[in-house]
Amino acid sequence: MRAGPAAAGLAGLAVLLAATEGVVAAGWVSALVVPLPTDVAVATVELMTSGQLGDALATTLYEAAAASFAASVLGIAAGYALFRYTALGRAYESWFAALFAAPIVLLYPLFLVVFGRSATTIIVMGVVTGVAPIILNTLRGLVEVPRRLVDVGRAANCSPAQLFWKVQFPAAAPTVFTGIRLGIIYTLVNVIGIEFLINFGGLGNLVSATYDRFDVPGMYAAILFIVLLSALFFVALGAVETRIRPT
Amino acid sequence: MIAARLDPRAQFIRLGTVVALLAAWEALARARILYADVVPTLEAIAVALVRLVASAEFYHSLAITALEVGAGIVIAAATGVAAGILFGARRFLGRAVEPYVVALATTPKIIFLPIVMLMVGIGVESKTALGALSGFFPIAISTMAGMREVRRVHIQVGRSFNCSAAQMVRLIYLPALVGPILTGLRLGLGVTLIGVLLAEIKIAKAGLGFLAQDLYSRFQIPDLYALLIVVFVIAVLINEAMTAAGRRLDPAGARR
Repeated sequence: MRAGPAAAGLAGLAVLLAATEGVVAAGWVSALVVPLPTDVAVATVELMTSGQLGDALATTLYEAAAASFAASVLGIAAGYALFRYTALGRAYESWFAALFAAPIVLLYPLFLVVFGRSATTIIVMGVVTGVAPIILNTLRGLVEVPRRLVDVGRAANCSPAQLFWKVQFPAAAPTVFTGIRLGIIYTLVNVIGIEFLINFGGLGNLVSATYDRFDVPGMYAAILFIVLLSALFFVALGAVETRIRPT
Repeated sequence: MIAARLDPRAQFIRLGTVVALLAAWEALARARILYADVVPTLEAIAVALVRLVASAEFYHSLAITALEVGAGIVIAAATGVAAGILFGARRFLGRAVEPYVVALATTPKIIFLPIVMLMVGIGVESKTALGALSGFFPIAISTMAGMREVRRVHIQVGRSFNCSAAQMVRLIYLPALVGPILTGLRLGLGVTLIGVLLAEIKIAKAGLGFLAQDLYSRFQIPDLYALLIVVFVIAVLINEAMTAAGRRLDPAGARR
């Protein structure tokens, strides 16, 4: 991106923060609704030094990582099965596509019934919401492997296992990664959302807890931190994707 | 609908899967491996489903949720399309704000619920506001992307006729944006519904989400399953209807 718009964006943000500071300091908006941006900065430092933010971040990252890993393993295995057994693929592909579009997160009360208010509920919800794009992209990636690559592998007398690991999987990898990228983002979003909803775990729970004790600056600090974290994940995964996708 | 195009073998697999899943569910329910009705029998769920759709409470909750979702999507559509056209037409402004829009679009919207509640209280307004906030991003982003596809010739024709900004929007941009806006509305309606329901589950006094929370806290599990089935069916029907509307109103863009 060129420097002009980015600088203008940052300048706009600075003006917005300064305006908020002025409006709240003048008492036009209650500090109990919108806190002073400087108070939010102070609260961020407090949450960091007291270790609350670090602990919450570690919990959320652990849950998101466990869920993303499980979703990737399950998703790639299922995607491969749908590719290998074409009848299964034809039967199930549109089901998984429907699952992808369905509001799965609304099922969380059921998982709460089964697993209780625990990290397991959060991780399982993360897996369920993140697995569909990985399945679909694995299937699509494998289907779109160029015919001639497979023919070369066959001509070299590859065993089915060799054909998969040496030819098909590397050729499908960029598309599979697109699925994993989407899967990780959905997982992270849902893990934080569920934490907030059930008052348990990491960053989502921190928002809930600060709200419950009327620590408004702390609550804004936690929410802004979640926005930053999501954006960071989005940008970082996008950067990885552009690197591994051959042009 | 899709089943008609499937070959017999795939249809057989689908039918077999459904039967196997239902049988496994029933076996699990009857074996009582999981304690206290976590997995109720199919019969219990069916009975609860009938009880639910025959209850006045359900329609009352449905009406509240429909009102919140409807008001939310209208606000999201108006602001999202306006923001999309503005950021798309003013390239410099668009590039300046795009990173922030994208960053906010990826975050879980439900965590903004406390801020919304501080601003407008915990009533119907807060659910509408969260629904609008959720729906805004897909609509704005889809409209913004659509603005890049508007043909330059059309824009130049508008300019050479000295169209005012309002005329440009009405005569040039909006007709070219039917497809992207419909796509945005379909995605937006989905997330608005999720936003409203999650907000209702968290804190509310009425609505389908509140009903779900209420059933959960009273441990009426078959009724909870029945309610979630109905909510799911509604969500799928809305998605199908929006897809069908998209195909009718914008046949060329149906494959986008």
